Amino acid sequence: MSWIDIGALDDIPLRGARVLKTQLGCLALFRTHGDKVFAVDDRCPHKGGPLSEGIVHGASVTCPLHNWVFSLETGTAQGADEGQIDTYEVRVENRRILVDGTRLALGMAV
Amino acid sequence: MAERLVVIGAGMASGRALEHLFEADPGAYDVTLFGTEPRGNYNRIMLSPVLSGEKTYEEIVTHDADWYAENGVTCRFGETITEIDRARKLVISEAGETPYDKLMIATGSAPFIIPVPGKELRGVMAYRDLDDVNAMLLVSSNPNAKAVVIGGGLLGLEAAAGLQARGMDVTVVHLMSHLMERQLDPAAGYLLQRELEGRGIKVMCNASTKAILGTENVDAVLLEDETVIEADIVIMAAGIRPETRLAVDAGLHVERGIVVDDQMRTDDPDIVSIGECVEHNSVIYGLVAPLYEMAKVVAKTLLGEAAAYQGSTTSTKLKVTGVDLFSAGDFAEGEDREEIVLRDAASGVYKRLVLQDNRIIGTVMYGDTADGNWFFGQLKDGSDISEMRDTLIFGPAFAGGSPLDPMAAVAALPDEAEICGCNGVCKGQIVGAIQGGATDLAAVRATTKASNSCGTCTGLVEQVLAATLGDDFVMPTAQPVCGCTDFTHEDVRRLIKSQELKSMPAVWQACEWKTSCGCHICRPALNYYLLSDWPDAYKDDPQSRFVNERKHANIQKDGTFSVVPRMWGGITTPDELRAIADAADKYDVPTVKVTGGQRIDLLGVKGQDLPHIWADLNKAGMVSGHAYAKGLRTVKTCVGTDHCRFGTQDSTGFGIKIEKRLWGSWTPHKVKLAVSGCPRNCAEATCKDIGVICVDSGFEVSVGGAAGMDVKETEALGKATTQEDAMDMIVAFVQLYREHAKYLDRAYKWVAKVGLDWVKEQIVEDLENRALLVARFDHSQTIYQTDPWEERTHGRTARSFAPLADLSLEAAE
Repeated sequence: MSWIDIGALDDIPLRGARVLKTQLGCLALFRTHGDKVFAVDDRCPHKGGPLSEGIVHGASVTCPLHNWVFSLETGTAQGADEGQIDTYEVRVENRRILVDGTRLALGMAV
Repeated sequence: MAERLVVIGAGMASGRALEHLFEADPGAYDVTLFGTEPRGNYNRIMLSPVLSGEKTYEEIVTHDADWYAENGVTCRFGETITEIDRARKLVISEAGETPYDKLMIATGSAPFIIPVPGKELRGVMAYRDLDDVNAMLLVSSNPNAKAVVIGGGLLGLEAAAGLQARGMDVTVVHLMSHLMERQLDPAAGYLLQRELEGRGIKVMCNASTKAILGTENVDAVLLEDETVIEADIVIMAAGIRPETRLAVDAGLHVERGIVVDDQMRTDDPDIVSIGECVEHNSVIYGLVAPLYEMAKVVAKTLLGEAAAYQGSTTSTKLKVTGVDLFSAGDFAEGEDREEIVLRDAASGVYKRLVLQDNRIIGTVMYGDTADGNWFFGQLKDGSDISEMRDTLIFGPAFAGGSPLDPMAAVAALPDEAEICGCNGVCKGQIVGAIQGGATDLAAVRATTKASNSCGTCTGLVEQVLAATLGDDFVMPTAQPVCGCTDFTHEDVRRLIKSQELKSMPAVWQACEWKTSCGCHICRPALNYYLLSDWPDAYKDDPQSRFVNERKHANIQKDGTFSVVPRMWGGITTPDELRAIADAADKYDVPTVKVTGGQRIDLLGVKGQDLPHIWADLNKAGMVSGHAYAKGLRTVKTCVGTDHCRFGTQDSTGFGIKIEKRLWGSWTPHKVKLAVSGCPRNCAEATCKDIGVICVDSGFEVSVGGAAGMDVKETEALGKATTQEDAMDMIVAFVQLYREHAKYLDRAYKWVAKVGLDWVKEQIVEDLENRALLVARFDHSQTIYQTDPWEERTHGRTARSFAPLADLSLEAAE
């Protein structure tokens, strides 16, 4: 593993998201209510909506296009919808956000 | 001969370790104890009661001179160790060298002094030891002395409460959005803030310190937003850092703290370390319970016995008299976690349990913490709580009991029990009214006034109805806002006004929200209600807005956005058109379309280009058209008397005036207007939210039209003889809609609910009320009538449109 510092926790608004460009495509980095950070694919499997633009509530995000709700921890669609997004490992240390560069380069989801 | 043990640091951790050591084997070591403070060990966590005057220093001393003498400890208090020489196995202080066989580093932690100009001024102090407390007490005895506490964590708030108890004027400046964010969730943080403010402590969250002002002594604290707070002393309570300097210099393995194994050994077998200065399994502890557990282990290690420290689960209680607050474990949300939330608005109680696999993993309690230790016990034991899950939140008294039936509870209330606090109505009166024929909520309200004011007791009144009438009563099924609450939109709006709820946590508490931070359905609604009812006190929360309003652009199906500049009344100029054409070229806009609202839509703009295209359009004098907003969209006009041979009034000019007055305002749903210059109605005014038809004798204002999912003609609101009169009528209608409608109800739906007659009463018949509505609208506009484009084309907000980082360019390995 090689952890890469990609920015400060405070660069993401509370209950908000920012985009991280990688060789795998865009990831959405979310900062939830309890200052946890999650990284998932920034693409809804339904119609490709940018999840980073959705409303964050609890540890979930609602897709801005058609209101699909995904768990940020498991990547699974909630409720009646069926779908899955990839999740990626991310760490917060001293209010800095670190992602696993090796995995991103190799293209492996967790 | 006994081995020589040298201890650096005479605090609580080493004090407890020595107790264990002497208990187990009093003769094992010759102990020399160094401490920078000129005194022995005292209970540092009880400094807060000393500060507030509830205890004296003598009462918190844990080891006095006799104790050290009895145990043969050589005390070297007031002497600071400057170096550890591991090769020669000795420590160096000003007084000279002291050899050791075993060394214990217990240097604790040092306060984090935030690096701002003025931090070295006299009067800036930390809150760490007795000397700090004495320095604070010296200042607090001056009349009208003012203190600013930087940091709203455990330590900062205890200092603030203590200083306030000593009669000082205290302001807490906190960087984060709620107090004690590491221990509390926002809901409990809100309750705590309310309690402290009730005591007269000023609390400023989201406040970043820019500088401390003064020449020799502190005069004031300057915040990033240029607020200046006067101060005689400034307490730095922004956090602590492990004090590791000696260990670093000695070449020991140090990460954030001095790294120790399960036996509390450093990477030098003759040096152990405990307390706040150590890092165990990547965790640093700042509370006393883990320190005591470490002390037990280190004593055994020093005696050559087996023992292992396995990390600690910690709980926190705030030591401020009269504030009941408890938190333990991990209370972040997660999908594999469930939560049980109990809020009692009337008594200010908030309890939250976080469960995972039928076990409690975290708890936050405020107002009633009596069961805190019981929950903490369940948490530490990892008990399976599935058996008692239904009543778990009620604590041990109900554990294992049958679930509570709210109906039974109401039925059991005595007749004199008060149901409606606002109007002083007791259960007996309500039962009397029901038996007298008032068999539904409205009738009970009319006869007894119960639930007629703030409305919080509506549920109780309904339960009394159900208990009295039995099967004859059908509980009304009002639609709650969403799954987070049982309250309806109307209830929530009424409570926001009647109880002056000015923040989301305030609403969540008062309306007994069942989730910790709402969901995508309720948050946008609450955000709207709060900003429309409290334009001064409430700050708009972009993270509670749907993407279009957060981005100030309409998201398209491929994730690109559309950009629509405002064209006042549908009028544009060649210069504006050139600027639009240039922007379309520059940003590769694939589609340029004329909209139904008489303006031009640039479709397919990439998210990261938004601030740049806005800046270009701003330069040409154009502002956001709010084509994405639940707010004022467009005022469509015909050409009126300027060009048309049938025009009766200047419909274009009036339309522009209306648009300039209303733009930027947020409303429950979108608002579209049109002004037609004659009854031929070329601007199609009679299917708008508000339409104006100009006639020879004045202006006919009609409202509640629609031409979307429903098609509906407007209904006449009133006729005005002057433009000013018509304008007031329109502004008052918009404000009435803003103040009363349910979020996402278009004006026509709202008018159908409240009745056009009621609207006329408010606006056409009651001119005084009309003027008040207009005044409230204009006041709100002083805050919200700003161009969102201009605000987002530079600085931090502009950067938020770009990716946080770009790793796609790094070479693949």
